[in-house]
Amino acid sequence: MVEQRPWLTAFSHIMLVLGIAAVALPVWVALVATTHPNYVFVSGRVPLWFGDLGFTVFADVLCQTASRESDVSVASMMLNSTIMAFGITLGKLSISILSAYAVVFFRFPGRMLAFWLVFMTLMLPVEVRIMPTFQVIASLDMLNSFSGLTIPLIASATATFLFRQFFMTVPPELLEAARIDGAGPIKFFFDILLPLSRTNIAALFVITFIYGWNQYLWPLLITTDSNYYTIVMGIKHMLSVPDGEVAWNRIMATTVLAMLPPVVVVVGMQKFFVKGLVETEK
Amino acid sequence: MNNASFGHKWLPIGLLAPQLVITLVFFIWPAAQALFQSLQMEDAFGLSTEFVGMENFVSLFMDRLYFESMFSTLVFSFSVAIIAMASALFLAVLAQRVIRGGGIYKTFLIWPYAVAPVIAGVLWLFLLNPSIGVLAHLLAALGINWNPLLNASDAMWMVVLAATWKQISYNFLFFLAGMQAVNKSLIEAAAIDGAGPWRRFWTIVFPLLSPTSFFLLVVNLVYAFFDTFGVIHAMTQGGPGTSTSILVYKVYSDGFIGLNLGASAAQSVVLMALVGVLTVIQFKYVEKRVAY
Repeated sequence: MVEQRPWLTAFSHIMLVLGIAAVALPVWVALVATTHPNYVFVSGRVPLWFGDLGFTVFADVLCQTASRESDVSVASMMLNSTIMAFGITLGKLSISILSAYAVVFFRFPGRMLAFWLVFMTLMLPVEVRIMPTFQVIASLDMLNSFSGLTIPLIASATATFLFRQFFMTVPPELLEAARIDGAGPIKFFFDILLPLSRTNIAALFVITFIYGWNQYLWPLLITTDSNYYTIVMGIKHMLSVPDGEVAWNRIMATTVLAMLPPVVVVVGMQKFFVKGLVETEK
Repeated sequence: MNNASFGHKWLPIGLLAPQLVITLVFFIWPAAQALFQSLQMEDAFGLSTEFVGMENFVSLFMDRLYFESMFSTLVFSFSVAIIAMASALFLAVLAQRVIRGGGIYKTFLIWPYAVAPVIAGVLWLFLLNPSIGVLAHLLAALGINWNPLLNASDAMWMVVLAATWKQISYNFLFFLAGMQAVNKSLIEAAAIDGAGPWRRFWTIVFPLLSPTSFFLLVVNLVYAFFDTFGVIHAMTQGGPGTSTSILVYKVYSDGFIGLNLGASAAQSVVLMALVGVLTVIQFKYVEKRVAY
């Protein structure tokens, strides 16, 4: 701070609090809605303070089937989301750290070609090539399966680049010393490189977990069997009923549950989250 | 480039194999299929296809609906980018100014990044639904006729709001980092010369933030173009009419609901070209930033 301006500082605090309140408003209203019976909304009177249902709606959606359209509970959809998010995260981190290792620490024919092929994935997000990707998955018989939900999403140029960037800062003396001591490429990777990459792995974990958990279009395309529904796409099914029958309190409870894991990860691992966000954009 | 390396020939290929196989099967192959299908046309029963050259592209660019979709995509994306950046910059300036509680404010402002676009859509739909929404009732009390189910510009506002809400946290973090990188002695010198906070911001901080702003503009446009499918799908399904049917939504609805393979593939090819251009811009810019 360059000078004292108490009024300006007070103004800043007030505006920040208002900003936070505006950002939090939708979640506040959603939380309030979970504590009211559904007829309250139908009558058009929208409450801004908690009702007397407590956590019963949460308990209800978690254990019982989410809606008439899907015969699975929110708990089982959350389990599916967890499997998908961790599958994508583990897969993405492993294959990108291995490919970055290959590109930085080995000299072999076709190295640049491999690098450019990986780079191409940046230009081909699922959203822009929906139909043909669906056809490939269908012809490989991967519809309605966890392999179909995860494997096509684990190729990653950004993760590979991040590890490549980091590996290039590893001093060459380290590799020479390891070789003199008789360490082969596999020992060097597990005993030296992997422990050095811990913070980068944590940072990427946060970003990739959010990415995996929040997938929407992909599960929407390739799952028709409700046993594979993820929670993020399950909400849409709960909304797709005639207007008067939308169970808003249940939908809001499901919504809160669906955003909880990634929000907890971001807030709990804030330092790694910020690092991951900044590094993946380089 | 690192000079020290292992001499193995087959091990690196093995290490790269999983990534390359997935890239080829699930990225390159479908993209090639899209290119191929965009040059073909299927008959009405889906029994046979014939090569039609550029015909799909010609009919795509002759289609009034496609131009409307492009126009709504531009309106949507620039609104999201500008509103998200302006409000994030405002909050970042304030957060940079306060010393006490800065960390707490940051924590409370970054969490929406973790919310899926479709969930942002559902949350805001609950606030803006004309029959039950809190904000919709507030607007009605203020005498504003709000009906996103019938009014195209109301619907556009609604999806812009939901998409913006999610993106503010991202812009906030980058603006905050950008401001912390501004040399403090410049600010102090200006203060000694008698420039107030307002003038210091517009003449020193704001110009120095221009690389950050440009970078964020590209990132926000990419986000609004390609990551907001969930917002549209949950809130308006492209409606009323086709007023919020942005390009990624149209590819989906033409392909999966309209089952028009050739047209959908042609749209995919156009979108791939668009991502390509945006990616190149982003990388060119990053190279410059590294050279600073």
